[in-house]
Amino acid sequence: MAAESEATQAGPALATSPLDVVREAISRYGLIVFLLALPVFYGVKDLVDDGNLSHLADNLFSGLSNGSILALIAIGYTLVYGIIELINFAHGDVFMIGSFTASQFWSGVLGVGVATGVLGTIGGIVAALIVAMVVCGGTNVLIEKVAYRPLRSAPKLAPLITAVGMSFILQDVGLLWLGGSPASVDDLIWAQHQVTYVWGIHIEAADLLAFGVTIPLVIAMTTFIARSRLGKAMRATAQDPEAARLMGINVDTTISLTFLLGGILAGAAGLIYALYQTTIWYFQGFNAGLLAFTAAVMGGIGNLRGAVLGGLIIGCIQQISDNRIGPDWTPAIVFAYLIVIMILKPQGLFGEQTREAG
Amino acid sequence: MRAQVRAWRAAVPPWVGRVGPAVLLALAIVFPFFFGVADDTMNTATLAMAYIVMALGLNIVVGFAGLLDLGYLAFYAIGSYCVGWFGSGFYADANIHVLATKFAGTLPGIHFWWVIIALIAIVFCAIAGVIIGLPTLRLRGDYIAIVTLGFGEIIRVFALNGDTLKIGDYALTNGRQGISAVDAIGFPGATPFSQLNLRPWYWVALGMVVITLFVNFRVRDSRLGRAWIAVREDEVAAAAMGVPLVRTKLLAYALGAGLGGMSGAFLGSYLTNITSDSFLFSFSIYVLAMVILGGLGSIWGVVVGAIALTYINYELLPNQLNNLPHQLFDLDFQLTDVQFAIFGGLLVIMMVLRPEGLLPERRRQLELEHGIGAGDAIAHEMEMEHP
Repeated sequence: MAAESEATQAGPALATSPLDVVREAISRYGLIVFLLALPVFYGVKDLVDDGNLSHLADNLFSGLSNGSILALIAIGYTLVYGIIELINFAHGDVFMIGSFTASQFWSGVLGVGVATGVLGTIGGIVAALIVAMVVCGGTNVLIEKVAYRPLRSAPKLAPLITAVGMSFILQDVGLLWLGGSPASVDDLIWAQHQVTYVWGIHIEAADLLAFGVTIPLVIAMTTFIARSRLGKAMRATAQDPEAARLMGINVDTTISLTFLLGGILAGAAGLIYALYQTTIWYFQGFNAGLLAFTAAVMGGIGNLRGAVLGGLIIGCIQQISDNRIGPDWTPAIVFAYLIVIMILKPQGLFGEQTREAG
Repeated sequence: MRAQVRAWRAAVPPWVGRVGPAVLLALAIVFPFFFGVADDTMNTATLAMAYIVMALGLNIVVGFAGLLDLGYLAFYAIGSYCVGWFGSGFYADANIHVLATKFAGTLPGIHFWWVIIALIAIVFCAIAGVIIGLPTLRLRGDYIAIVTLGFGEIIRVFALNGDTLKIGDYALTNGRQGISAVDAIGFPGATPFSQLNLRPWYWVALGMVVITLFVNFRVRDSRLGRAWIAVREDEVAAAAMGVPLVRTKLLAYALGAGLGGMSGAFLGSYLTNITSDSFLFSFSIYVLAMVILGGLGSIWGVVVGAIALTYINYELLPNQLNNLPHQLFDLDFQLTDVQFAIFGGLLVIMMVLRPEGLLPERRRQLELEHGIGAGDAIAHEMEMEHP
């Protein structure tokens, strides 16, 4: 729609009026200016108050490590949206199931606790990571089979509504599993333990874990999609399902694979979140899911790198807002960002045109 | 089976269509006399009336205009807070009384007559609806859902933290604690309705339902209603045929929001405490489930859906089946704990098995059953009416 209206505005008037230049500038740079507003404001404030930027740098660093969790979830949204143009509303809750599975696996099945030795803890975490990834991947594939596949030819509203329905079902699974109030998780990695302190930035064990798991996974994922045969099939299906089918690609399998990959990343994100925050509850998926979706939209939905970048940016916004404005207001601020993105640049930072928003 | 139903439907004489609603209305009016003045059934029935208004409002946006709104709680919240602002002792320093009821007239605070508050709520919500609608004008489908959801969450955050937002001594909301001691509905100068006799509440709610139904039928069959359906079926084609997209969509948002606000004002007064805890995302889904269950775009269907889900939520699950998991499988939870999983499951099952709803809109049913487009459906419909 945006492209059409821009074209009609620019089309008939050959000589561009000053207003068009302004409009063009806003649609091109408005979002970036808007994104920079918060850090620049607090940067200037820090310079005036403290004379250095270490407070802001600290915010941004924890924002990045926080955002890397969001990035993992956002990839799940963007992959699924790219291929079947559906917001997998239940994805945030799959992430929640990941947290629950991981924490219950290492404490309940393996018996890993705070007193376990270093090697045992690492082994336990790796085992829990694999279990969480398998469970979440499986759950996501199952959701697609039950709730989305029968509706593939139905009107667009239908699968979105079933997605919301699945989200509620998963939430109540979590509610029955660990109860209605936040449950604490054993602090296996001393999450708050400060590893080093550079230029006013507190680097904690949790940050290292977040980066240590996220970066390899993102690299593996992008390589898989860019290089492998199945990745190629995924990209082909995303571009044109009918043509892909004609070329001999099994579209159903490819879509299942997409959901599997998204679920795997959500499972990993769930494990990091459990260790990072040391509390989990059934509603975490709703909030994290919406933040991650905002991230995916910001980066340009369907775009993998965009989702990662969007996740990191939303993480920083969230951290600055938590730290400076108050965590109570953070959801409102993030959603205000989402709405402004929708107004200024519905196709996101990496500007791919989609049928829905373009 | 379907042919049978169709034959049966054709056998119904045409005057039933005109007399039926009048009979239904008469039954609805005398309904309270069969039950105690303040028993559970009356409570459920009153809530059902309020939810019918909510669901019919949402039906305008989602069912008629095809704009999936996941932030409907915003209008419930704004409507309710209108009661808190203009009909309670919340702003105790101010002393404004306009046509207040007997007791409220003597209390400190702002006390308007409930009808005035309901009108204010409708206006506020219609404005909020337009504001929410504006950023979604360029968007379609899922994106509208997410933006409206975002607005709903923003409203929730403001309701929750509104106690810290103050202009002088006047806070925006009272957060979790809630604005209590809200004025009951009543006639100016007369004794207000009491919680010990729910019949007058029920009749007021029934009156709202009648107004809402009238508005819905009139608007659906008007030029505007046809424009909404055209936009729902094919936006580009509708625009090409001269339907003004911006005005059409914004009117859908405004009207849907206004009805939600009216119902919100009723519920705020009826439930006596306006706390941020009632304004959750799940509320939006609850109302959406009513619309889906009944049949998107079908007015009578939505009425049935709202009554059914209110009955399930307030009567069947908590009072009849609550201990079922314990009794049947010796499980340690109650059905009310998982009511949203039940609604979620209902949404999935409905969408997969019977996407047109319990009482489907004719046009949508033709589309879904015969796999024909909207244009063909209209032709088919006309063929059936005038063979």
